[in-house]
Amino acid sequence: MYRSHILICGGTGCTASGSAAVITALENELKARNLENEVKIVKTGCFGLCAVGPIMIVYPEGCFYSAVEAANIPRIVDEHIVKGRPVKDLLYKETVTESSIKSLNDTDFYRSQKRIALRNCGVINPESIEEYIAYNGYEALAKCLNEYTPAQVIDIVKASGLRGRGGAGFPTGLKWSFAAANAADQKYVCCNADEGDPGAFMDRSILEGDPHALIEAMAIAGYAIGASQGYVYVRAEYPIAVNRLQIAIDKAKEYGLLGKNIFGKGFDFDLEIRLGAGAFVCGEETALMTSIEGHRGEPRPRPPFPALKGLFGKPTVLNNVETYANIAQIILNGPEWFAAMGTEKSKGTKVFALGGKINNTGLVEVPIGTSLRTVIEEIGGGIPGGKKFKAAQTGGPSGGCIPAEYLDLPIDYESLISIGAMMGSGGLIVMDEDNCMVDIAKFFLEFTVDESCGKCTPCRIGTKRLYEMLEKITSGNGTLEDLDEMEKLCKYSKNNSLCGLGQTAPNPVLSTLRHFRDEYIAHVVDKKCPAGVCKDLLTFVIDADKCKGCTLCARKCPVNAIEGTVKQPHTIDPAKCIKCGTCIDLCKFGAISKK
Amino acid sequence: MRSLDELRAIKARMQDQMGIRSDATEAGKIVVSMGTAGIAAGAKDVVLAFSENLGKNGIYNIAVIQDGNAAWGANSPVVEVTLDGQDKVTYVNMTAEKAAKVVAEHIVNGNVVTEYTAG
Repeated sequence: MYRSHILICGGTGCTASGSAAVITALENELKARNLENEVKIVKTGCFGLCAVGPIMIVYPEGCFYSAVEAANIPRIVDEHIVKGRPVKDLLYKETVTESSIKSLNDTDFYRSQKRIALRNCGVINPESIEEYIAYNGYEALAKCLNEYTPAQVIDIVKASGLRGRGGAGFPTGLKWSFAAANAADQKYVCCNADEGDPGAFMDRSILEGDPHALIEAMAIAGYAIGASQGYVYVRAEYPIAVNRLQIAIDKAKEYGLLGKNIFGKGFDFDLEIRLGAGAFVCGEETALMTSIEGHRGEPRPRPPFPALKGLFGKPTVLNNVETYANIAQIILNGPEWFAAMGTEKSKGTKVFALGGKINNTGLVEVPIGTSLRTVIEEIGGGIPGGKKFKAAQTGGPSGGCIPAEYLDLPIDYESLISIGAMMGSGGLIVMDEDNCMVDIAKFFLEFTVDESCGKCTPCRIGTKRLYEMLEKITSGNGTLEDLDEMEKLCKYSKNNSLCGLGQTAPNPVLSTLRHFRDEYIAHVVDKKCPAGVCKDLLTFVIDADKCKGCTLCARKCPVNAIEGTVKQPHTIDPAKCIKCGTCIDLCKFGAISKK
Repeated sequence: MRSLDELRAIKARMQDQMGIRSDATEAGKIVVSMGTAGIAAGAKDVVLAFSENLGKNGIYNIAVIQDGNAAWGANSPVVEVTLDGQDKVTYVNMTAEKAAKVVAEHIVNGNVVTEYTAG
């Protein structure tokens, strides 16, 4: 029996930071010290604190080593594993106190979290079906097949109040009941693992860290609606996730948990992966199904809804990865347990991927109803550099901004919609005083213009015209009338586009217009960018009082836009200046600023 | 997999090994001192003996922790056993064989092995 387990994160984030080398170094060191039979190395999924990866946790003590390098391993093995002295200077700083080492659960990052969808991520080896089983894996499926009728399973999901975690928040139990009610010779269960929102990696982490949770839930859904075949549509840009999921599917088949006559109950369910090819629109449910069918990913008009005519024209349930990740727990713990968390209309927890201007970038899961302030200041560790919080963007290109005045708003589906934002799939990008909200809107439109499939005119042409208007505004050529025109076009696109892409593409514009209209007005009336981002509206100026005439900026300017003699204040020629910012970075006297 | 029983058998087998990963080992902890004197006197074997014997008895919610900072000298290896709700018991001059007896008598049956304790 192993006396120690060492868990190392093998998710995409930590792998990119070098965790593979750490694992190899650890394997070699343990072998060299004859500890292979005493210490078990476990490669896990994402722990969540991606900002300080590669991450390593040593049990039984539960010591959390952060930013581990391969070079640290010999010392950690010698001091901690052999001699029993955890290496304090390599531990996550917040856990180290004078007298003891704190548990992870007592740190600011983890204290307010409630990990349900992420419960196994960072805890088990995702490539081991037996580790999944050790933590109650596949018991929910067994329970459904042995104790519940399909209708009872649907009632449980309905009673839990679970809503779709892909962004729209449609009640999951209700969706399943529609598909169950439609008779057909074949039905399908699909999973949307396309995760197209820039900055979102919740689904990726679940696929990499706990793929069996998805498999089990899809089998349960199959039993509930009467489907014998499932497809997981994963974006090809997630190679680690695809690999782990395939390994898990193969293992599940080997153990008879997928295939024919599961648990001897006469229930057949098979699962296959289908790869996406990088189209954001294929995250839309009908475009996704069209893509699985082998056609170009374009949405279809609804009705008929997928529950009646979905994949291959058959009744289909399509849910997001995170939605599925909650199912087994709801079955095992009962719907009341789940409904006890969250707010009145939004039950359970939500996973957020924190990114942007925040110290603790990473993955967090909190009960719905937690305030944005808790997520950003306590769990996220606040804004780096002591900068001021400006807004948090949720929902990616389909979403809106939440400004500072709503920091104490409990986050749930309805409250966010009421302020012109949305829950979205979980990507949460934090912005500070140095972000320009008009530029942010332009950034998202640039994305949606590229991703529009082109099928319907309001989206194909509407997004392009919106983007052009934003370019006009950020280059100093906009007018107040343009703001009104833009708003009109936004509303038109929302009301007339065929699918969610076109219907929600205007959201970043509408949301920033609503909460940051003063920035737009500064751009079109004063021709200024208050945050100092929009290059065409900036003038780089040297303060004559601070300039010492050292000539460094003049020498380094790539376009020779700076003039001046030694020891005399220099000047920048605005006609030549390309606003690259090199001079500001170089000036040792802080004499150059952008206005 | 034909039955829930098969599933539960795998779970039971795995839980023996996985219990070590819980952040809160509810039933107690066994701390083996690993100062230089301790290591020289064979504390390593004591640690392994505790692990193995707990496993053999199907006990997976007690952590076996090495403490390299403790400064015991003459009576090493020293082992402190703290079971939930009970006072700490300090065993001295431990060996692998004595560890097996402590598990069987103290941890499984609840009887402190007084002949191995300090003083």
